[in-house]
Amino acid sequence: MLFFSKRPTIKSLMSVKPFVVFSLLALSFQAFAKSGEVAAGEAQRWVTNMTQGVTATSHEIYDLHMLIFMICVWIGVVVFGIMFYSMIMHRKSAGAVPSKFHESTLVELAWTIIPALILVAMAVPATSTLIKIYDTSDADIDIKVVGYQWKWQYEYLGEEVSFFSNLTTPQDEIYGRAPKGEHYLLEVDEPVVIPINKKVRFLITANDVLHAWWVPALAVKRDAIPGYINDVWTIVDEPGIYRGQCAELCGKSHGFMPIVVHAMEEVDYQQWLVAKKVEAEELKLAMSQNFSMDELYARGEKVYQTNCVACHGPTGAGGVGPTLIGSSITTGPMNGHLSLMINGVQGSAMQAFGEQLNNIDLAAVITYKRNAWGNNMGDMLQPVDVLNHKRSL
Amino acid sequence: MGDHGPAKGFGRWLFTTNHKDIGSMYLWFSFAMFLMGGVFALVIRAELFQPGLQLVEPEFFNQMTTMHGLVMVFGAVMPAFVGLANWLIPMMVGAPDMALPRMNNWSFWILPFAFALLTSTLFMEGGGPNFGWTFYAPLSTTYAPPSVTYFIFAVHIMGASSIMGSINIIATILNMRAPGMTLMKMPLFVWTWLITAYLLIAVMPVLAGCVTMMLMDIHFGTSFFSAAGGGDPVLFQHVFWFFGHPEVYIMILPAFGIVSAIIPTFARKPLFGYASMVYATASIAFLSFIVWAHHMFTVGMPIAGELFFMYATMLIAVPTGVKVFNWITTMFRGSMSFETPMLFSIAFVILFTIGGFSGLMLAIAPADFQYHDTYFVVAHFHYVLVPGAIFSIFAGVYYWLPKWCGNMYDERLGKAHFWLSFVGLNVTFFPMHFVGLAGMPRRIPDYALQFADFNQIASMGAFLFGFSQVFFLFIVIKTIRGGKQATDEVWENPEGLEWTIPSPAPYHTFTTPPAVK
Repeated sequence: MLFFSKRPTIKSLMSVKPFVVFSLLALSFQAFAKSGEVAAGEAQRWVTNMTQGVTATSHEIYDLHMLIFMICVWIGVVVFGIMFYSMIMHRKSAGAVPSKFHESTLVELAWTIIPALILVAMAVPATSTLIKIYDTSDADIDIKVVGYQWKWQYEYLGEEVSFFSNLTTPQDEIYGRAPKGEHYLLEVDEPVVIPINKKVRFLITANDVLHAWWVPALAVKRDAIPGYINDVWTIVDEPGIYRGQCAELCGKSHGFMPIVVHAMEEVDYQQWLVAKKVEAEELKLAMSQNFSMDELYARGEKVYQTNCVACHGPTGAGGVGPTLIGSSITTGPMNGHLSLMINGVQGSAMQAFGEQLNNIDLAAVITYKRNAWGNNMGDMLQPVDVLNHKRSL
Repeated sequence: MGDHGPAKGFGRWLFTTNHKDIGSMYLWFSFAMFLMGGVFALVIRAELFQPGLQLVEPEFFNQMTTMHGLVMVFGAVMPAFVGLANWLIPMMVGAPDMALPRMNNWSFWILPFAFALLTSTLFMEGGGPNFGWTFYAPLSTTYAPPSVTYFIFAVHIMGASSIMGSINIIATILNMRAPGMTLMKMPLFVWTWLITAYLLIAVMPVLAGCVTMMLMDIHFGTSFFSAAGGGDPVLFQHVFWFFGHPEVYIMILPAFGIVSAIIPTFARKPLFGYASMVYATASIAFLSFIVWAHHMFTVGMPIAGELFFMYATMLIAVPTGVKVFNWITTMFRGSMSFETPMLFSIAFVILFTIGGFSGLMLAIAPADFQYHDTYFVVAHFHYVLVPGAIFSIFAGVYYWLPKWCGNMYDERLGKAHFWLSFVGLNVTFFPMHFVGLAGMPRRIPDYALQFADFNQIASMGAFLFGFSQVFFLFIVIKTIRGGKQATDEVWENPEGLEWTIPSPAPYHTFTTPPAVK
């Protein structure tokens, strides 16, 4: 289980061998780390190599990676072999008498040309793989992926389905106040759902700073850049849940914006899509309804724990962001509070939530903040109020 | 002239124009920065010892990764090489001093101010730079803490220092060689520094332009790197890496020179393929200008761009391979002994080559889609920089220290330092290959559970490596204060003019140029 998670085949065994050699160091220290109080499943621990993934591309990249790695290993064996041979045989203490030779054009030519030929041999498969990866034509499904500080938004183009995907690992697990779950830091509230055996194209961009959308099992990694739309594609072979992370430093919570892809059979995907659309319709209807204080408060607490907690802290006492307890915003005029939530604060980490949260969530979270932690303002906001406010802008 | 000794007191150091004094100051300064950057690294490794946030908050963690990179690159490695150049180049080419001694003083003395400015940001409101040492816009412009302005000025000062140092080195090498020392008779350390100096003069202004554009974006309403204003965040990366890639060779070419001096001495055999070493260095320098976008394979370049930068990057393996083969052939059928400088040099050849292998893997654009911005990259560049740049500096210090201070270092302690560093380094950085391949992104303060074991090992190695360097400080001070008197030659038949002068080297050397056959 140390070097591969799949059943070993002849091929994978052969290719895995050098890793065994290079892992001796790691092995010898395994005993040390046994003391680590980590609850990870044994099967996943001590992974030393790239995943083979679940797409034709990821397999091809894995093979390419192993090919180049093997060539490097054999070059290393020869070069270091000669080096260690002379270090052992040509020691002064063993009475070695130094030769005087110090030049040979022929030898220099040989070790210029031979490596160049090896490089050509590497470049051929690399080029062919790259050309395939770059062919984003004829996609069955287009999903726009937008990076935000610090979450991902997925929009199914032409389907009217769009949602944000937030980290769900509780702060208590991060700060060691609760045991860490199996998918610590790699779990989200809404995974992006795709069907298997379909060409899915991701159109990747960002709203604020650079991010990078990366799922190792799909071998897809592309930078999310404001003002650019990058396109990548994948065809997933097996249903499953595939996890990845943001791969471009994007500020404070760069380590806390995972990506979860849920690949399922086409029928299941269609069902999910329908459910999503129904949900959107229901949400639209709910927008015009009035909610009770308790309903808003309960919903607001959830929204807060997902969207606000990273900066303002679990108890509203602040952190990177200012405290919300008795602040001039949360205990000030409702309109000011609402405007701030909708527009954010330019040049700070406070984002414009007007586009990120729906009107119900905005109303709920504002109501929650004004009444939680002893703020006790007693007032509340309805989604309709948010709508009217947005219209008046 | 011979009785014209150093001035007394602090004024000696403040006003000195002596290349040996300035070289020493550069070396001490860089060692102080090395320890400071090391402390930053240990904060990172301590936080990553286990999953979860224990010691520092993510925003401070990001400041640590940023400052670690900046301080190590600009504060530790580059000034150390300039210090070695100051000490050695005049002695190697038979010159009495550097060509421009007053500028030499100035180029050193602005450095402490640059780093005071940079480190002071850690105590400012909003904290220090937290956007990584590559400071990609717009995280480093629109979204940066206010202290970014101090960072920009600090980079400007470092750049000015580097440019002045380079001009000085080029002027010295081209004008002040002893009669008879033709270019192709120069020691390789002089050659590699000559080429490095040209690289520095070529790219430091690019870095200055880059940070100036940032300054304009932040304070003067321009939009060089802001898409909303018609600018281009990808432009930032092109400009940065046009500086950044030659920069990484700036940190390794002088190392090639040091190792090329040490291996022949301890193999007791002349360097194999001197001319091809010079040509290989020049080829690497040229190639360094046309490979920058391999740092940007995932930005979504057109395929023609990806292919060009992939092929060009792979080509670097050829001249680099030539150098490695030459060193090994120098050792082959020599008569080797393994004093501390040789141990560090051999470790250099082996571990730098491993870093070269992972570099070749990273050059393969499709595979890079999996490696990019993971710990595999962190492992790669630490394998080329720590056993590359840092080990070569250690090797150089052990090799020339007896010449500088007149005393031999304690061989047993030197070897202990080597083995502690060697083990510490590999325990720290080798597991990073594994977690990187397994999917751990770089620059994260907390990680998923499957990465826990190797991170724990890496952290233990880091502390071992870190404390070994305090031991190095002890060895150097002990050697300066006393020890066996070194002979003028120090080693057995070493090649080079520096071994023809007494140990310790007098305050003024080669006031009359030596004759070179």
